[in-house]
Amino acid sequence: MKGQPLVRFTNVSFAYAKTQTREEWRALADVNLEIYENEFVAVLGRNGSGKSTLAKHVNALLTPSAGQVVVAGLDTSVPQNVWEIRQKVGMVFQNPDNQLVATTVEEDVAFGPENLGVPSAEIQRRVTEALEAVDMLPYRLHPPHQLSGGQKQRVAIAGIISMRPKCIVLDEPTAMLDPAGRREVMHTIHRLNKEEGITVLHITHHMDEVIGADRVLVMDQGRIVLEGTPREVFSQAELLHELHLDVPQVTDLAQRLRKRGLSIPQGTLTVNEMVMHLCPSD
Amino acid sequence: MSIRLENVSYRYLEDTPMAKEAITDVTLEIGDGEFVGIIGPTGSGKSTLIQHFNGLLLPSSGKVWVDGVDLSAKDTQLRLIRQKVGMVFQYPEHQLFGETVLEDVGFGPRNGGLSEGQVVERVRRALAYVGLDFEELKDQSPFELSGGQKRRVAIAGVLAMEPSVLILDEPTAGLDPKGREEILDEIAALHKERGITVILVTHSMEDVARLVSRLIVMEKGKVALDGTPLEVFRQAETLKRLGLGLPQVTELMHELKAKGLAVNTDILTVEAAEEEIAKVMGWQT
Repeated sequence: MKGQPLVRFTNVSFAYAKTQTREEWRALADVNLEIYENEFVAVLGRNGSGKSTLAKHVNALLTPSAGQVVVAGLDTSVPQNVWEIRQKVGMVFQNPDNQLVATTVEEDVAFGPENLGVPSAEIQRRVTEALEAVDMLPYRLHPPHQLSGGQKQRVAIAGIISMRPKCIVLDEPTAMLDPAGRREVMHTIHRLNKEEGITVLHITHHMDEVIGADRVLVMDQGRIVLEGTPREVFSQAELLHELHLDVPQVTDLAQRLRKRGLSIPQGTLTVNEMVMHLCPSD
Repeated sequence: MSIRLENVSYRYLEDTPMAKEAITDVTLEIGDGEFVGIIGPTGSGKSTLIQHFNGLLLPSSGKVWVDGVDLSAKDTQLRLIRQKVGMVFQYPEHQLFGETVLEDVGFGPRNGGLSEGQVVERVRRALAYVGLDFEELKDQSPFELSGGQKRRVAIAGVLAMEPSVLILDEPTAGLDPKGREEILDEIAALHKERGITVILVTHSMEDVARLVSRLIVMEKGKVALDGTPLEVFRQAETLKRLGLGLPQVTELMHELKAKGLAVNTDILTVEAAEEEIAKVMGWQT
């Protein structure tokens, strides 16, 4: 990766304030991170490891207690920058029902650009493009509450695309979806990353969703404790288990077969790879 | 305690222009002590179905019996049914309300008129089932716990009623893999040790493959498949049509067979796949 990073964390720490029953709690501890334009970065980590806190720093929903976050050259701690940062970085959350606001899909997607004061002809064009990008154009006049979970999340993503962001941060966008909905959303995110060049930061508990990422970050106790390609990260099965994570079933199987003396490469990730290793004649 | 549905249909907003039939002519029986998984795409009627199991919804037509009691009969006390059939909804921690864990988990038994000593005993046992320590947590606010602990406290609130049937709707959504595995193992232990009937609604094929003895697949308000996990996962085409897929290792075995490797495709776990591949490829262990 070259050039200036789109997102840069420098020695970032963040503490949630003390409450009646809980001491001050450090959710991020001295995080250094660079995310480059057009990267697809996945974040893994147990519940409470700091993933969501990290994500909220990228679009200035939270600002560091110590250290600095710079997004597209803008320091997130400077209040005057927040408006511009949130246009550059959109966020998608877990629950699709909490994110849709309007009575039709089209109005919902138009909400962002309308707030930015984009002229109405331009809004129309952006809404059409955004719905096309997530494959939801035929639903533009539908009420959002009648859509499936996967469709709602795609509309939420379209609402962000219509703001023309450089980066999308997705905080467990598939946790509430059925398998088909998960596939739809993952397909959409990958397409936006590849075809539209949008930088993606994807947080998930589903190990299979990180396989297509350029880079995987593993967080624990507010720190980045492991970083690499999916293959590199999933080669560390024991460490991942210690961190309350897992590896895909095929990766687990590959490791077991290796222990029995079969030459299957470490970090075999997909069914197709496994089939190729076991039936090489093809 | 068994649950029996006969020709059950349910229509939301019946007698309005918005009427929509969510389940259609469902007949099934869940026997005492079964561990049943229910899978199906969004909108296939899973949630509507399970809400019939404890009378949260009563059928628009057809009948439901729980432990021989007709839920639609006039003199049926649904309150008593709901004590026997406990329901854990999605994200149950959103329903926590007590100032302390003891108050929250003890709410049901206390409302049921048990003495404070009995309530404390119930709470102690319920927390133990989900792997939490009573002494450590009883005076803490449930809202200050970690996500996984909150989820467990909420489940304990249902267990404190000591139901004979436990229904869980996606109990592990949003949890990390370790938390997911722990909660499911605790539920499996509860089923095994106390013999309660467990009905688990989930999107994870890997989880049902590992845990349940019977799998019901819903499609468009009807039961599309009903059998052991092995029987259901043999119907790869139907599952694919429903967008559900197979456990990853089962899919692998199907692919290997398609490439001409003479493997048995009745494989549901990583351990079984390891043994089968080793056997077919002729290695010694």
